[in-house]
Amino acid sequence: MINFKNVSKRFPDGHNVLDSIDLTIEAGEMVFITGHSGAGKSTLLRLIGAIERPTSGNISICGQNIAQLKPSALPLLRRKIGFIFQDHKLLFDRSAFDNVLLPLQISGFDHKLVAGRIRAALDKVGLLKKEKAFPITLSGGERQRLCIARAIVHRPTILIADEPTGNLDTAYAKDIMDMFNSFHQVGVTILIATHDASLLEKTKQRILQLNQGQLAA
Amino acid sequence: MISAWLAQHWHVFVFTLKRLVSTPLTSLLSIIVIGIAFSLPAGIYILIDNLQSISGQTVSSPQISLFLKLDANQNDIEQIRQRLEENPQIRQFQFISKNAALHQLQKNSGSVDITSGLTHNPLPDAFIIDTNNSAPETLGQLQATIEDWPEIEHIQYDATWAERLSAILRLGHRLVLMLSVLLSTAIIAVMFNTIRLQILTKREEIEVSKLIGATNSFIQRPFLYFGALQGLFGGITALCIIALAIHATNNELMELAQLYTLNLHIRHLSINDNLSLLLFATWLGWLGARISVANHLWKIESK
Ligand SMILES: Nc1ncnc2c1ncn2[C@@H]1O[C@H](COP(=O)(O)OP(=O)(O)OP(=O)(O)O)[C@@H](O)[C@H]1O
Ligand SMILES: [Mg+2]
Repeated sequence: MINFKNVSKRFPDGHNVLDSIDLTIEAGEMVFITGHSGAGKSTLLRLIGAIERPTSGNISICGQNIAQLKPSALPLLRRKIGFIFQDHKLLFDRSAFDNVLLPLQISGFDHKLVAGRIRAALDKVGLLKKEKAFPITLSGGERQRLCIARAIVHRPTILIADEPTGNLDTAYAKDIMDMFNSFHQVGVTILIATHDASLLEKTKQRILQLNQGQLAA
Repeated sequence: MISAWLAQHWHVFVFTLKRLVSTPLTSLLSIIVIGIAFSLPAGIYILIDNLQSISGQTVSSPQISLFLKLDANQNDIEQIRQRLEENPQIRQFQFISKNAALHQLQKNSGSVDITSGLTHNPLPDAFIIDTNNSAPETLGQLQATIEDWPEIEHIQYDATWAERLSAILRLGHRLVLMLSVLLSTAIIAVMFNTIRLQILTKREEIEVSKLIGATNSFIQRPFLYFGALQGLFGGITALCIIALAIHATNNELMELAQLYTLNLHIRHLSINDNLSLLLFATWLGWLGARISVANHLWKIESK
């Protein structure tokens, strides 16, 4: 499903954030990525989401080589992915409902036909009562959950979560993890970057450790 | 599938309308600017159109005078007469012999007989020709044909009225064309800037949309609709301005026409002209937006 071959990433100003990484993630797998702050977890996830391009090496996602992807094929690939951003990237000029509507609009759904799906997604993250609220009026944890609702509403085949429980108390963190587990059960490929030790302790899934640009199992 | 596509476009259309209304003053100002820019060339066009209809009324058929060489004999005259009869562009003609001309001159000059000292008649034989068509091109063509005939000394025609008017009309057409090009460029520039500002304020939305899989055409669509709609409303404004201008100057124009004993009915733009203007305005707005989008969207790469 996801395949890294000898992938390095260097930003113009510095050292290799990722250094010759090889990585294979099978379809339906659930993988945790951990490491200290600045280790490159977000960078790795952004490479998988085809948001960032590697400096060298090959990445293929769903059998498609990212480097050879036509510009017109990139949006289609990104629609298969649900991305929970570390900084949420919510749109502050529209309601919670309309934020969750965006991925469906982009995929070409008629917005009148999808209200049910949007409310279901909002309900999953406990925000059904806040559908008319604007992000500016939401708490940090509520914004995070709104971002999760937006990432899952179009039923992606790959779910990428960058610190999905960073702002959540243990009860909500557990709810979110339960939700991810249920997605995992129906075959969604899931990648979760976190340094929440309690999440890592409980899981039986694969954990990747990022350190000095290298991966360790 | 098609209905989903239609619904999507309809959604963007309504969304764009709302956005226009949400900043009423800004929208109104740019629409008025576009309207004025269009009403200028269109107004001049109407003026020219009306002048053209006048030019048809006044110069019914100009006369051409044909002077023969002094040594032309009866045979030459007969030949020319025959050629004139065969030419389809000539409606009628009249022969004035040199003797008749001299006689006329003697009569016109009255008491002072300026011809008395002459030993022989200095005047040439002449034909006066009426043509079917008063267009300067036709007259010029006819002149060129006749010039090649033998024993012709000089051709003279007095179509100055028609020629001057048609020269002015040509100038006017040129002016309309120039104004249209200049003002169209101005409209594109205005739209370019309007859309640039909008893209700046929508930067976040564009970035996020790209990140979650929006195609370029999805992102462009609202801006293109915005440009096209503003162009359309600008065109409608232009039509209103023109209608008002005609209404305001109607009486004065009628009085002017009566002074020149012309029968003037102000002609408005035809339905076709109106539709073309609206279409063109819409297209220009779209084009300005299109150029702006092409220039500014790619700079917003996903971060
Ligand atoms: N766009 C960028 N330009 C320059 N440097 C960058 C950029 N993005 C990330 N970096 C650098 O790459 C390194 C890894 O960043 P990254 O965000 O992947 O870390 P992280 O593991 O997600 O950290 P955290 O746990 O704090 O989120 C950091 O040193 C950061 O400064
Ligand atoms: Mg990070």
